Amino acid sequence: MYAQMVKSEATQDDPEQLAAFQARIDAGEKIEPKDWMPEGYRKTLIRQIGQHAHSEIVGQLPEGNWITRAPTLERKAILLAKVQDEAGHGLYLYCAAETLGVSRDEMTEMLLDGRMKYSSIFNYPTLNWADIGAVGWLVDGAAIMNQVPLQRTSFGPYSRAMIRVCKEESFHQRQGYDAIRKMAEGTPEQKKMAQDALNRLWYPSLMMFGPSDKDSVHSAQSMAWKIKMNTNDELRQKFVDQTVPQAEYLGLTVPDPDLKWNEERGHYDYTDPDWSEFFEVIKGNGPCNTDRLAARNKAWDDGAWVRDGLLAHAKKKAGRQHAAE
Amino acid sequence: MKNEWPLWEVFIRGQHGMSHRHVGSLHAPDAEMAIKNARDVYTRRNEGVSIWVVEANHIAASSPSDKGPLYEPSESKVYRHPTFFDIPEEVGAM
Ligand SMILES: [Fe+2]
Ligand SMILES: [Fe+2]
Repeated sequence: MYAQMVKSEATQDDPEQLAAFQARIDAGEKIEPKDWMPEGYRKTLIRQIGQHAHSEIVGQLPEGNWITRAPTLERKAILLAKVQDEAGHGLYLYCAAETLGVSRDEMTEMLLDGRMKYSSIFNYPTLNWADIGAVGWLVDGAAIMNQVPLQRTSFGPYSRAMIRVCKEESFHQRQGYDAIRKMAEGTPEQKKMAQDALNRLWYPSLMMFGPSDKDSVHSAQSMAWKIKMNTNDELRQKFVDQTVPQAEYLGLTVPDPDLKWNEERGHYDYTDPDWSEFFEVIKGNGPCNTDRLAARNKAWDDGAWVRDGLLAHAKKKAGRQHAAE
Repeated sequence: MKNEWPLWEVFIRGQHGMSHRHVGSLHAPDAEMAIKNARDVYTRRNEGVSIWVVEANHIAASSPSDKGPLYEPSESKVYRHPTFFDIPEEVGAM
């Protein structure tokens, strides 16, 4: 998902305390920042929420790429609002992670030097306007699948951040579907572009849910702690089931010749993405990894004088006020 | 880190005369910027008509380990709730 393959940390705590902690989670209680928690819970959450936050921030790049080239002023205003929401999502999540004792700057630095990851999906390019529609429809659609259950996660600040995020996501998916629908119902060339966007983004969207359950080594502990609510394959299946009829409505074809409704299971059978491609992208070898990190590093470096200047100004002003009192 | 902007807690009062409610936090160099940032981060959809910000390190909070001494005393005082008292039906609504 926005957090993929989050490694869960081993915990070496007093068994009695651990059991009491697990009992609170099982009873549906929320864990708050000042409550006792196992070190592994804290560290895993920092990694997961941090990765989620970084995804929101890096995720602005492929869409921001098209703001100035949106086909109409209305689409431009909508996309601008959507991308601004993603900045907000990043900020809600960073704040939630900070309550666990990591600083914002530490997290930023870990993103910038590659110690922390962001979702593999944002290492794919947005080549044309149809891709922007497809991103809202598929990528935000996949994000929603994962974020809705996370509203019930055990960690209070994370749950509250997810509730805010979910309130805003539906707009994201609907504006995307609306944009790609315009193209699917447009000229033959436009329809071809819509189909091409779906062809390129379908499997990367399926990868967002992370490796298949049989290769997903960190799930059990995270699920017991309720920081992961569903398995990767469960969510992927739900996404496929939801998205196929939406594609059919558009008259577009999901690029999977083996896709078919399985009456017995009550689900679509579908082909898994190429996992070797997924692992390459995670390792840094996707089409845009270098560009994305370079863009984030440049923004951070170019903004340093503003951050320092505003802080110096604030300190000077506070000093003056102090002297006058 | 050394030059990180301080953390501010943000409280927003919605449209309908409710109290300010904690909505989240953000970083800003000073109060003025914190309010401006809070406008952008927390009120993009008409969520509020008034913003309070306070530097997070100025908030004093009760500790989870005081839960017992602080809140248990009220558990035994059921008479503080109106449903503790039976009012005869003939008396009517009260
Ligand atoms: Fe988002
Ligand atoms: Fe979104």
